[in-house]
Amino acid sequence: MLHSIQANGKKATREGFGDGLLEIGRQNPDIVALCADLTGSLKMHKFAEAFPERFFQAGISEANMMGIAAGLATGGKIPYTGTFANFSTGRVYDQLRQSIAYSHKNVKVCASHAGLTLGEDGATHQILEDVGLAKMLPGFTVINPCDYNQTKAATLAIAEHQGPVYLRFGRPGWPVFTPEDQPFEIGKAVLLAEGSDVSLFATGHMVWQAVEAAKNLAGEGISVELLNIHTIKPLDEEAVLESARKTGAVVTAEEHQRYGGLGDSIAQLLARRLPRPQEYVAVNDRFGESGKPLDLLNKYGLGVADIEAAVRSVLQRRATSHSTH
Amino acid sequence: MAEISKLKDIASQVRRDIIWQTFLAQSGHPGGSLGCADFFTALYFEVMKHDPAFQMEGKGEDVFILSNGHISPGWYSVLARSGYFPLEELATFRKINSRLQGHPATHEGLPGVRVATGSLGQGLSVAIGLALSKRLQGDQHTVFALTGDGELQEGQIWEAAMFGAHHQVDNLLVTVDWNGQQIDGPTHEVMALGDLPAKWRAFGWEVLEMNGNDMPAVVDTLSRAKERLGGGKPVVILMRTEMGFGVDFLEGSHKWHGVPPNEEPQYRALAQLTETLGDFPRPALS
Repeated sequence: MLHSIQANGKKATREGFGDGLLEIGRQNPDIVALCADLTGSLKMHKFAEAFPERFFQAGISEANMMGIAAGLATGGKIPYTGTFANFSTGRVYDQLRQSIAYSHKNVKVCASHAGLTLGEDGATHQILEDVGLAKMLPGFTVINPCDYNQTKAATLAIAEHQGPVYLRFGRPGWPVFTPEDQPFEIGKAVLLAEGSDVSLFATGHMVWQAVEAAKNLAGEGISVELLNIHTIKPLDEEAVLESARKTGAVVTAEEHQRYGGLGDSIAQLLARRLPRPQEYVAVNDRFGESGKPLDLLNKYGLGVADIEAAVRSVLQRRATSHSTH
Repeated sequence: MAEISKLKDIASQVRRDIIWQTFLAQSGHPGGSLGCADFFTALYFEVMKHDPAFQMEGKGEDVFILSNGHISPGWYSVLARSGYFPLEELATFRKINSRLQGHPATHEGLPGVRVATGSLGQGLSVAIGLALSKRLQGDQHTVFALTGDGELQEGQIWEAAMFGAHHQVDNLLVTVDWNGQQIDGPTHEVMALGDLPAKWRAFGWEVLEMNGNDMPAVVDTLSRAKERLGGGKPVVILMRTEMGFGVDFLEGSHKWHGVPPNEEPQYRALAQLTETLGDFPRPALS
């Protein structure tokens, strides 16, 4: 299963969002879109050109954009807001909280340029806290798809979901390895490879890193079970527990702070239901910096080799805990 | 058109409702609520075409967003007296298990409320979004909104003001409660608002002014403002009010912004307000 996962070129996840938005706009006349002066970056120009009357340029005023989206949702529309992840969460947190989450508004907060792989713009824009911020809001669904095809599928799927969604994606060209026109089920983990030694739960861009790590580890005789956790909230608890029960060792991988991200959601679940040793591949309480995406992932502990090291480490811990019993 | 005297009677009862709600809760914001009682009354009993058989989307009717959510007691009173929910529910204001939250919310399903407000500066944007949805649906009705004047210190208000003009949101009628007071003192001491009419005009809005505590002026100005809609610009009414209007010892002072009357002032306040429609039913006081 693992060796059959192959990249079919590279494409940015934000392109998947732009193409998905155009397609859902064609399918559903209630879809409207708003953008805060980043139409090109978010690839929203296709929607804007096809449906000018349903597209609202908000200028550089993200707080206002979120409020207007809440109002459009109140009137029965399905608004998709587009700006960088940084400006989709931290900058507008009170608007997300009061006007959207607490008010149960059906707004799709679509956030590009998340994480270190934003690259050269540096730490001001490389938000690594957005998943934590979004998932703490009651009622918010949090989705971080892994490649172009999956981002496009998620962009379509969230229109069918009644309630606020945080859809996170990124800037760089990234390997495309999931099927075209795939079904996307919110809250349902995707088993990419069965394995027996360790459960590797990855989200977003880190899923491809995890694929590469799992292939390398297979060469060492380590059998990795790899799950793509595209929906961080609600977490597919049964899939996580089933895999963790089987392997007894867990590694999580995400382009986010260690505090508050996917790893914490899984650790919380395991602590409640099935305590098992876990290693985090995540940014450890630091800000990023300017640089090339892959160089940054490597520098901040999110490289393929870091995932492999985390797997070896958790296997060692599991062996130690077994021997002390 | 309802007779002015009838509207004044309703406003007097709304003021009694405000005193009773904040007294029973021993909590809440009577000052701004009293100041806006005439506006709320004119809006719900004369100006707006609205249906108390509430539906969230507000299709085919006028809708109202209260951006300065802390003056909820005044709004709750006109909603209840318009038939959105039973009058006796006013006695649950700010109490546990109530739909009448301290600041308006949709979460408990209170009819009449379309978005949570309280954290200031957000309601104007939501009102604009609602106005855009009406435009997309070909619905000719109006979106009304009220903001505080201290609330204009929030940057989001001016983001929304710019958006409203740029996108020619001309089915939107905003009123600013210009009482010159905020929690920490008079606005000119806390954070001067400057020349408000000039500011709104510079942002591309039609600007009207009125005395919000003079019922004929309120009704007249709101209807004149409605006539200006559809002209490519959003409309704002800068409404001069007296915080605490109707109760002499509450008037004009920020001290009662967020302080409810206790027993002695409560009875002094009620003594100044005619019970015109009957106070809302209350559980027996212990």
